[in-house]
Amino acid sequence: MGSRRDFLKAAATGALALGAQSKLGFAAVVDQQAGKSKVVVARDAALHGPGARLDAKRAADLLDRAITAYTGRNHPVEAWKQIVPKAKVIGLKVNGVGNRGVSTHLELVLALCERLQQAGVRAGDILVWDRSNEALESAGFTINTDPSRIRCYGNDTAGYEQLPTIQGSVKVNLTRILTRECDMVINMPILKDHDLVGVTFSLKNMYGVIERPAELHANNCDPALADLCSIPVVRQKVRFTVGDAISSVYEKGPVFHPEYLWHPNALIVGADPVAVDHTAAQMLARKRAEVGLPPVEAVGRPARYLVTAADQAHRLGVNDPRRINLLEV
Amino acid sequence: MKYRSNWKWAVAALVMVAAIAGTGCKKKGVDPFPASNAVADWQKTSETRVFAAKDLWQYIDGDAEQYISAGVVSTSTSDYKYKGELEVTVDVYTMGNAAGARKILETGQSTDAKVVQLGDAGIAYAQSVIFRKGSYLVRIVAYESAPDAPQALLALAHGLEAKL
Repeated sequence: MGSRRDFLKAAATGALALGAQSKLGFAAVVDQQAGKSKVVVARDAALHGPGARLDAKRAADLLDRAITAYTGRNHPVEAWKQIVPKAKVIGLKVNGVGNRGVSTHLELVLALCERLQQAGVRAGDILVWDRSNEALESAGFTINTDPSRIRCYGNDTAGYEQLPTIQGSVKVNLTRILTRECDMVINMPILKDHDLVGVTFSLKNMYGVIERPAELHANNCDPALADLCSIPVVRQKVRFTVGDAISSVYEKGPVFHPEYLWHPNALIVGADPVAVDHTAAQMLARKRAEVGLPPVEAVGRPARYLVTAADQAHRLGVNDPRRINLLEV
Repeated sequence: MKYRSNWKWAVAALVMVAAIAGTGCKKKGVDPFPASNAVADWQKTSETRVFAAKDLWQYIDGDAEQYISAGVVSTSTSDYKYKGELEVTVDVYTMGNAAGARKILETGQSTDAKVVQLGDAGIAYAQSVIFRKGSYLVRIVAYESAPDAPQALLALAHGLEAKL
């Protein structure tokens, strides 16, 4: 890489990610044989023990069940070897917007870190991150920049690219964690109702990779959200979703409102973020209907970004249920 | 005699000006957060953080818009712990006027909301209390449920109300 400008150009076009192709690249998002995107929903009704505390062992077991079902491998370590590249830095993009109340569960992240290490990823090559140290700490994570251990810090520690990236309607400064530090990112969002876009899950979690996400909120984040996720470095590095639907809020999200707390006790995993989000949106819609709340579309916050993300201009995945191979385990 | 009368009027005017100015200062620089143990068994466990309206997204990204549209001026937040166990966050939204606080409080109440005597209006749930007083809107949220949480949250809410 000759100069900083060359680096930025390569990062923006995703060229840096090409050396980090895992066996589940975007081309494999759609199952070639079936012509469908595979999504696994794994559930465990007993995930929460007495006092509504999450059972860490059961959460780890649920992750194993989800990933073996997804890959068809018998052993979870073999499954992760199929997904992550060797000798690369793996970012785990969590979501701490909901503080301790409804953020990506620490227990799930620790379980994934354990499996990744068993699959051959060095501890120091795992980087748990979100937009800020404060968001991580408020969600229960401990900040660590020591490269000999699993690292955990926010965009505020790593900084943002000085030159903006332009894609469609968006002009954003990307976090250096994405552009420079990680070779591959596993997206670890948490399912929530969202006051602006109806539902937030894997695609919306990418608002945590830019410096000023609030500037992309107009018109239910459409088309900004799909444009953001179409930036080559985002599209090519963020390659798999381990979606946390263990706990959620079905109304008044994305912040924590305990009166709307709900435990779906599920994980939603897949390589197609649109299909994953479509599945998550359906789960949320069923819960809202169950408690008598109107659909998010009826209260002025449709998840229209899902349609845009799947259109011919963006092609981030599929949102047509006929093209989703949904496997529930 | 005339000089003495003027002197009395001058003192009275000074007292009035001081009283008005004092009231203004108190409102402007109000610190609503009770110190540790000011409310029994409650410890203040973090520094108070303050967000101007333009920076509110940094604290509640995705939720800031509704407060901004209701005229929020600033937001203060601090964490507390009850009996060393129950963790809560207290948010105090300073709105531009009472109507803004009312608008937020009356939006999206759950069916199990219980009306409580706090400030100008208040509601409580098993894990949270929300009330408004003048242009202030206060939201107290516990991160876990506990049998004594509702009463404890109400006690803390009264402690906040008394300082607003």
